[in-house]
Amino acid sequence: MHTKSIKELHKLLTDKKISAVELAQHFIDRALKHNPSLNCYINILSDEAKQQAKIADDKIFKKEGSLLTGIPFALKDIFCTSDMLTTCGSKMLSDFIPPYDATAYKNLKSSDMVLLGKTNMDEFAMGSSNENSFFGCVQNPWDLDCVPGGSSGGSAVAVAGGLSPVAIGTDTGGSIRQPASFCGITGIKPTYGRVSRYGMIAFASSLDQGGVMAKSAEDCAYVLQSLSGYDKKDSTSMPEDVPSYTESLNNSIKGKKIGLPTEYFANLDDDLKQIITTQIKEFEKLGAIIVDISLPHTDLSVPAYYVISSAECSSNLARYDGVRYGYSAKNPKNLEDLYLKTRTEGFGDEVKRRILIGTYTLSAGYYDAYYIKAQKIRHLIADDFNQAFAQVDILLTPTTPTTAFKKGDKQNPLEMYLSDIYTVAVNLSGLPAISIPAGFHQKMPVGMQLISPAFCEHRLLNFAHMYQAQTDHHLQTPSQVPQEKIL
Amino acid sequence: MKYDVVIGLEIHAQLNTESKIFSLSPTRFGADVNTQANEVDLAMPGVLPVLNEQAVIKAIKFGIATDCKINNRSIFERKNYFYPDLPKAYQISQFEYPIVGAGILEITNEKNELKNIGITRAHLEEDAGKSLHENFTKHSGIDLNRAGTPLLEIVSDPDLSSAKEAVIYAKKIHALVVYIEICDGNMQEGSFRCDANVSLKPRGTKELGIRSEIKNINSFKFLEKAINYEINRQENILDDGGRVVQETRLYDADKNETRSMRSKEESNDYRYFPDPDLLPVIIDNKLIQNIKDKMPESPYNRLKRFIDDLDLKEEDANLLCSDIKIADYFENIIKIGNLKPKLVANWIIVELMGIINKNNKKWQDNKINEQDFATLLQRITDNTISGKIAKQVFAVMWDKGDKPDNIIKKEGLQQLDNDDEIKSIITDIINKNPAQVQQYKDGKHKIIGFFVGQIMQQTKGKANPAKVQEILKQQLS
Repeated sequence: MHTKSIKELHKLLTDKKISAVELAQHFIDRALKHNPSLNCYINILSDEAKQQAKIADDKIFKKEGSLLTGIPFALKDIFCTSDMLTTCGSKMLSDFIPPYDATAYKNLKSSDMVLLGKTNMDEFAMGSSNENSFFGCVQNPWDLDCVPGGSSGGSAVAVAGGLSPVAIGTDTGGSIRQPASFCGITGIKPTYGRVSRYGMIAFASSLDQGGVMAKSAEDCAYVLQSLSGYDKKDSTSMPEDVPSYTESLNNSIKGKKIGLPTEYFANLDDDLKQIITTQIKEFEKLGAIIVDISLPHTDLSVPAYYVISSAECSSNLARYDGVRYGYSAKNPKNLEDLYLKTRTEGFGDEVKRRILIGTYTLSAGYYDAYYIKAQKIRHLIADDFNQAFAQVDILLTPTTPTTAFKKGDKQNPLEMYLSDIYTVAVNLSGLPAISIPAGFHQKMPVGMQLISPAFCEHRLLNFAHMYQAQTDHHLQTPSQVPQEKIL
Repeated sequence: MKYDVVIGLEIHAQLNTESKIFSLSPTRFGADVNTQANEVDLAMPGVLPVLNEQAVIKAIKFGIATDCKINNRSIFERKNYFYPDLPKAYQISQFEYPIVGAGILEITNEKNELKNIGITRAHLEEDAGKSLHENFTKHSGIDLNRAGTPLLEIVSDPDLSSAKEAVIYAKKIHALVVYIEICDGNMQEGSFRCDANVSLKPRGTKELGIRSEIKNINSFKFLEKAINYEINRQENILDDGGRVVQETRLYDADKNETRSMRSKEESNDYRYFPDPDLLPVIIDNKLIQNIKDKMPESPYNRLKRFIDDLDLKEEDANLLCSDIKIADYFENIIKIGNLKPKLVANWIIVELMGIINKNNKKWQDNKINEQDFATLLQRITDNTISGKIAKQVFAVMWDKGDKPDNIIKKEGLQQLDNDDEIKSIITDIINKNPAQVQQYKDGKHKIIGFFVGQIMQQTKGKANPAKVQEILKQQLS
């Protein structure tokens, strides 16, 4: 059941082979059983899921449902859900219950999807390994000693481990694509402005974007369709109509040009390069034309990213002061002491590190040298992409420089930051990108990234779907999580 | 004094929008604590600001009215600092690219000289909440009703050279923002507040001295006092060979003194940067023109017209132009009743404003419509009633809201205009008071007032006073 696609689940539901309540219960049971070892959920919402599933069943009975009616999903705990705990992976918000829904969640609810639980994540989405969660690390189902990637590690593992058919993540510098790659699933980060950020707890406002993690590009397409759209509560969301993501899934890609940015392959591990090169041939079989292309400012993307994202986070996270909600230090001597203790005790090390970096780069005397310069680099990087897309339809790159690494392996933050090297430029440029499974290296999944021009998610999904139609990497399931048959 | 005084003002005018600048919460003053603060105002996690278009339009109106440059592209930035009444720990403001750029305001200063005061800029920003210290022990309360209220900060060049001049400038800005209806101007409620930057430099020199900034002055009287106190303080320091410290000071109205709040060294590094949650504000010239076309005649033009064309006293013209609603009311009554401007001006200023003040009401509480007011004044000019009776009628109009003609009819207040009738009353009174008649004949002509009084008493003030005088004089001589 948990390996079935959304389309298959939808058919089972509408054929009355299974009810939405039974389907939800199946995933809740799996979650309750495997979460103690995987730790991908911070909160499993058994009762809420059953309630929502009942509503879905009612709609299915009245034939009022959509393709997503009754399909269960997991939601990264960065999205506010009214009357339900929303922690953002932090001690600071470990008891926070928002009185409002994130627009992204509201959209899925209005498609009658069923929320199974809130997934684990790096604290405030800062991290590439999920080791920064206040609620503990998430285990990679392909090797429990390995990290699942981050920051949407919980969402990736919920899907990879069969604890949810689909999950919602967010991606500020690779937080959907990198864990998707590490866990052998498909993850799409849409164009900045495609999915509302309202109620999605901010890390770096100009980079954050919600997206979908699922077993296939096709499943991603169905859910992204519902997730996307203009929201008047988010001034940076795009007023343009959302095109159909499913209609073009099977379009031929014959004659389409795929660019390989040489900078993304130059220092890549030989084995991974070999794997990806082999997979590129699959696109050639589909008639695509492969060309080399250059994105000359690639090496500046990681430093520019860490300056901008840290600057924004230092300001975005200033509101957690212990005054109105969230963690508040006990017995402060005075106001300053309240601020100091609350933030010292409530935030983890990585969050503090980024707040310090960001505060520094915005300070008088450093602003021009760091923040302004990073913004200029951002323009250069975006220009690189613009020029590339004048020549090709899509770009293909590795998603990550390595497969999932061992927990505790990257103690040096700089080393950790460099694991984002292939993903951050996309966020700096606001572009959409998808990571799809491309095979295995030493039994660990390898991911491949496709990047398209802004608002061309349908193109990404089309290319990915055509590739997945003739390969089976995305159908592999980890042996660590028993694939017991229930129904 | 051997120093030149240099003053610049930063005026915070609260824009009278229905809702806050970045959220849908209402901006009404005086609501129960924290009842006008939603999740955006509380800076809950994940919420986002959405710019209130009305605030932008009101800022543009200010730019048009002052002939300032209106920037086609302006940017909201975050001013970062921690304080409990600032929920996001940053204030959304404008810094490098304000919505309104430079302009000039002409004032007539206390020496009756025309003087141009430069407006540096005017930018949009959100207000903070309020800390509540009363009724709390060991704690402070926070009221976020005001948090997110739109403000227009109007910054002047350091062109003002005395406290009086600063007040004249501030009053002119105040009158303007009230007149163009972007601010209610209520200083007690904090809708209009001033910060004053004050410095001294040796007479005639160019280089500016070190300034202090006096924060949050909420009356013109205090503005003058605070600046004068500050001039005095700095003068004493300089005379003693000391140096003024650049700092922020607070004015204590009770003690009439300014006190140091924080020095430059202690001041925050606000770490301004463009707010990534908000798009740049793009204003095209078409929008500016649209707003301009719908804007009323400028208060300065109108004032000039009232003085030059309608022959009003400057003082009266100023009063009438203090609020566009009053000025419109005034001109509409003239038009409806085809009345003399001076008569209408007198009635509005003396009678209407008098009764408003006496009852502790506001202009908005005036329920007498223009048509009724015009009719009342017409009844004076067509001699239906005397001015004195008109005041009685007016009082009833104010109290009961009745029409003037109804009141006159109901209470039988029509002026006694019939010559014969007046004559017979006068004859009667003359006959009853021979002694007074004799006094008049002896040359004591002032005694005529006695007869007028008697006649008015008998006619309950209804006799046409001009006619009474005329007939009296005839009969007495």
